[in-house]
Amino acid sequence: MLLSIQDLHVAFRVGKEQGTVIRTEAVGRGEVGVSLDVPENTTVALVGESGSGKSVTAMSVLNLLPDNAERRGRIAFQGRDLLQASLSELQALRGRDIACVFQDPMSSLNPVFTVGRQVSEPLRKHLGLSARQALARAEALLEEVGLPEPKRRLSNHPHELSGGQQQRVMIAMALACEPKLLIADEPTTALDVTIQRQILELLARLKEKHRMSMLFISHDLGVVGEIADEVVVMRHGTVRERGPVARIFCDPQDAYTRALLACRPSLQQGARLMAIDDLPSAKAVTPLPKDPAAPVVLQVEGLTKSFWLRHGVFGRREFKAVKGASFTLRRGHTIGVVGESGSGKTTMGLALLRLHEPHSGPEGGRVTFDGHDLLTLSPRDMLPMRRRIQVVFQNPYASLNPRFAIGRTLVEPMAIHHIGASDAEREDRARALLQRVGLDDSAMNKYPHEFSGGQRQRVAIARCLTLNPDVLVLDEAVSALDVSVQAQVLNLLKDLQDELGLAYVFISHDLAVVRFMADEVMVMKDGDVVEQAPVSQVLHHPQQDYTRRLLAAIPRGYVPQ
Amino acid sequence: MRAPTEGIWAAAWRRLRRDKVGMAALAVVLLFLLMVGLASAGLIASDWQQERGVSYAPPTFMGPAERDEANGLPVPKGPNVDLGDIDPLAPQYKAWAERAATYEHAEAEKATTLPFGADLQGRDVLAKAVQGAKVSVLVGVLAAVVATIIGTVLGALAGFFGGKVGDLLEWVYNVFTSIPGILLIFAFAAVAGRGTQSVVLILGFAGWTGIYRLVRAEFLKHSVREYVRAAEAIGASTTSRMFRHILPNISHVLLVQLSVHVVGFIKAEVILSYLGLGVAVDEVSWGTMLAEAQTELIQGYWWQLAAATLFMAVFVTAFSLFTDALRDALDPKLRGLE
Repeated sequence: MLLSIQDLHVAFRVGKEQGTVIRTEAVGRGEVGVSLDVPENTTVALVGESGSGKSVTAMSVLNLLPDNAERRGRIAFQGRDLLQASLSELQALRGRDIACVFQDPMSSLNPVFTVGRQVSEPLRKHLGLSARQALARAEALLEEVGLPEPKRRLSNHPHELSGGQQQRVMIAMALACEPKLLIADEPTTALDVTIQRQILELLARLKEKHRMSMLFISHDLGVVGEIADEVVVMRHGTVRERGPVARIFCDPQDAYTRALLACRPSLQQGARLMAIDDLPSAKAVTPLPKDPAAPVVLQVEGLTKSFWLRHGVFGRREFKAVKGASFTLRRGHTIGVVGESGSGKTTMGLALLRLHEPHSGPEGGRVTFDGHDLLTLSPRDMLPMRRRIQVVFQNPYASLNPRFAIGRTLVEPMAIHHIGASDAEREDRARALLQRVGLDDSAMNKYPHEFSGGQRQRVAIARCLTLNPDVLVLDEAVSALDVSVQAQVLNLLKDLQDELGLAYVFISHDLAVVRFMADEVMVMKDGDVVEQAPVSQVLHHPQQDYTRRLLAAIPRGYVPQ
Repeated sequence: MRAPTEGIWAAAWRRLRRDKVGMAALAVVLLFLLMVGLASAGLIASDWQQERGVSYAPPTFMGPAERDEANGLPVPKGPNVDLGDIDPLAPQYKAWAERAATYEHAEAEKATTLPFGADLQGRDVLAKAVQGAKVSVLVGVLAAVVATIIGTVLGALAGFFGGKVGDLLEWVYNVFTSIPGILLIFAFAAVAGRGTQSVVLILGFAGWTGIYRLVRAEFLKHSVREYVRAAEAIGASTTSRMFRHILPNISHVLLVQLSVHVVGFIKAEVILSYLGLGVAVDEVSWGTMLAEAQTELIQGYWWQLAAATLFMAVFVTAFSLFTDALRDALDPKLRGLE
């Protein structure tokens, strides 16, 4: 056994109250600790939602935790207990026998050092190579991880590389000393699906070649099913289930594992998602058939948006972020907008609402809403339109004002648009809407930080609903949420659409989620609309090469051979 | 069952009341303000210019100073030498003495000790310090408020709008910061003349630049945040976004700057008064007291320095602690740590 974790507990000291130290348990609850084994030449995946303790478990192996962490239990690496190891012993292991790859390559690489220097650092430190030897070895490593023109890349700084290339550099650094164990903490979460596919294949290939073991941490069962040999499912700091990947996916024993598998929208599944902790009655609702002749609420023709880029001292250059998008949105319908980062999908969504700064660059085309062209309205005439076309942003942690209690957040839009006669009436309406989105009255006096991500996104949706909008622009509205919470919010959005006849512009990078929500799909790449068709046609008969690549890159989960 | 949603300030006050240090600091600040109010109304320390004690009378607890005569020249014994035969005025002395006796003459008894001692003219140091608080606290707080308001409004405009407005304000800022601070103050002082009001305006107009820079940076950062976009999407006006949405989120910067500037401006008033550009000569401030104290200290009369320093230290500390507590109270996130 290469790595064996037995009965691990990790707690963080968070403060002192009346002389007693307060701790929060991150890993292990009460007497129950976390135990798992990583055999040689095996990939063990640690799966769980945020707050499940999966990252803390992995980081405690090399004690990469903050100073206020307290660990107990036993972590045996090749028979040595790492919990008892001194700092210098750990430093000798770090990067040499056990290497790490983190989630965000942008912030894991040091921006002021060249790639060559960063990759050769572990070589010089652990293997004692000379600078020249280390650089030559670094070049070979970069070639091995599939970075084009490795020699030139050595003198590049991290910002000159794309996200996928940066993650390759991180992997090259981790592999530099041929470690026996690679800890990969959500290594593909920050990347686009097509890049994710490449990185996953690279990791699988390198693991085979170097015969190393991998502890792979992810929230995404689709990814885990592809890469793992064994799976450990964690929730609330304890292990819910562990076993070989085939058994976990085909015959899950634990209720949580089953729910986790069921709540993920896939490319095949039905009209409603099963959600963890969902109300049983909610499952019985059957979706209403869509009326193809419903009135058109939003008509977009040739929408373009450019940004001015500084060029030289006084000059500026136009950068076309959206190069002409057209669609017709009917009441009660959803148009899905799919694309990778930089495709212009969010820019397009914000341009619909004119939420770009006026001097950032010109907009073109027509956005017809209720007989008005939104792009040419004066700010005064735009105000009544604002009420009817609303937006939900990606990051529920950033889109609510942290200094406003929820009640104030909900009452403010109604006060601006004179909905309701008095503040008391508006507050009653706010309470009713909170209940509608599944929160209770006590939320009114709480602040955003007191809620989880899913609850905040519900508040953001309730804020839009206070204005009785006709169109909702959902900009990656569920991307930052855990799968189970994502399922609840998606179900809520579907119910609201059936009930209120809302039309959605659903922007997402996730084709499976878009398939679940949308009637029509628009695929964007580099500001261009690549393909636009009803959802079943895009999924089953994609016309364009890029769409096919996008579909092929979606993690398939576990596929029995 | 239904609790009305409380505003930012109501919630902040509720949190502040639970902060013991903050409330103590608030009490001290309020006491100082009460003292300033009473002094302005002429109810306390209005007679600070009276000669209450002998020159440099020591504080009461030290007891009266030993008489100078004790260690001066020895007093000759025996009767005075009679110079009557050579003094041409001698015949008049008797008549003058009789005339003088007809005048009523009352010399107030000068105290040999005062609670906190006396200065050169025998004025009560305690009364001076109380009266000085009126000028110093007013100057420090008001000038800091003026500077914060100017810095915040300009910083908000520059950070929020950017573009031409931002460029113009950046240019103004650069002009202001390119002139050495003390010269700028001199220039304003030359125009404004002496007096408390002038000092407030001078310090306020010359001291806003640092706050402007910080507020502009915060507005640049916040104006592209999603919650501000969300506010725009619900139709909130520009003013509302700037001052109702963003401002509370950067209030911690303002409060820290306010308290730093109060301390700085109290000290700046000292310098201005010392250079003769500050408060009028018939007024007293902690600054003028400190200026007097440097010559006295050499002679061993330390109490004027001690009084001014003590008052200043207590006020400045209490003010800083209070703004710190207020900053914490305004931040809903810190509620969990109570």
